Amino acid sequence: MFAPEFEYHRANTVAEAIDLLSSNPGAKVMAGGHSLIPLLKLRLARPGVVVDIGGVAEMKGITIADGNIRIGALTTHWEIESSSQVAEANSLLAEAAGGIGDTQVRNRGTIGGNLSHADPASDWGTVLTALNATLEIRGPGGATRTASPTDFIVGPLTTTLGETEILTAVNVPVLAANQRAEYAKMAHPASGYAVVGAAVVVNVDGHTCTGASLAVGGAVPAPVRLTSVENALTGKELTFENIEAATAQADNDLGGEILGDFFASAEYRRAMAAVETKHALFHATEVAHH
Amino acid sequence: MAKIPIQVTVNGQTHQAEVEPRTLLVHFLREDLGLTGTKIGCDTSQCGACVVMMNGSTVKSCTCLAVQADGAEVTTIEGVADQGNLHPIQEAFWDNHGLQCGYCTAGMIMTSVELLQRNPNPTAEQVRAGLEGNLCRCTGYQNIVKSVLAAAERMGG
Repeated sequence: MFAPEFEYHRANTVAEAIDLLSSNPGAKVMAGGHSLIPLLKLRLARPGVVVDIGGVAEMKGITIADGNIRIGALTTHWEIESSSQVAEANSLLAEAAGGIGDTQVRNRGTIGGNLSHADPASDWGTVLTALNATLEIRGPGGATRTASPTDFIVGPLTTTLGETEILTAVNVPVLAANQRAEYAKMAHPASGYAVVGAAVVVNVDGHTCTGASLAVGGAVPAPVRLTSVENALTGKELTFENIEAATAQADNDLGGEILGDFFASAEYRRAMAAVETKHALFHATEVAHH
Repeated sequence: MAKIPIQVTVNGQTHQAEVEPRTLLVHFLREDLGLTGTKIGCDTSQCGACVVMMNGSTVKSCTCLAVQADGAEVTTIEGVADQGNLHPIQEAFWDNHGLQCGYCTAGMIMTSVELLQRNPNPTAEQVRAGLEGNLCRCTGYQNIVKSVLAAAERMGG
């Protein structure tokens, strides 16, 4: 398959990339190309201009300092999966990265490209929502702003990123000693994409939950926080029964639109959202194994 | 559309070319360089028939533009053997009947090269997981896994 014709520009710095976007309205940014190239080949995207940011060095790499993990937007899933420092600082990041696509997708695909593409079946949106990540965004004239994952991803293939803005980095807190985190996904058997994914971060004091940050994706147009479940769980002892009772409330937080297709109906995904959340909580707290 | 000049080193040989931006790396390798060992299977980055090594890690060359390979070192199946001596992974595939129709084989071998670099002594389960991005429609997975394990042993993993 051939992509439609497009003009190609390569940026070497973030500023250069933003200049190119400003002077070429409708241009698309390409990082690893693992979201954009399939779209181009299927002609679901037909930009006149592609701005290749793959070589922008300032957007690569992982720095861990002062309780924060800063991941450059061009860092690949494999780099996150294989970093022993990341695994130590936040096991959920490494675990989620390792479950994306296949080896070759992880070698080329980037965390920033994945988020900017905003496929509802992506893992990062869900995981970073539960982890309370902060996204760094750069715009024209050196303007910078930050956004939470839920402020950033608003629907299928839709973000609040402006036409001349670029997502430059993702900041994730290092997990504290009393935090347990886990991601459970029902993966599509062929693509590995999340039919339903649930990410959980639980603060524990002994066997008691002192706070929780839970998110679901895949089943919904954009990742959602499960505040009802978080509230139901906080202050409770982490038992099989309490987790089951709390996750039964997941439905309250999923919103009005549940995705459905020939593989998994909306009704089924709605039910599985609670189940995957429960499984993630069981695993994270070692209450049970599914 | 303006063509873009690129320089790519493939199997140790440096090539200069001008390509359309939309040219896929796999088309550049097969059609411009005549290296047809790399196959196009699904053309949607699922099957892995087009896997090549680029700057030391595997990539599905149907989901990579030739312009993205500018300045890169690429190794295809044609560059895996050393001066006519088959790579131990190629030998293991031969010895263990790791191929049937052969269409997936180039991709399987390229992925296996990286798999054994990252994990020189994998379990069968790890081999299966590592080959998740390569499909064999003859379904000859049993012998493919056997081949990779035999290669690991031969390579002293």
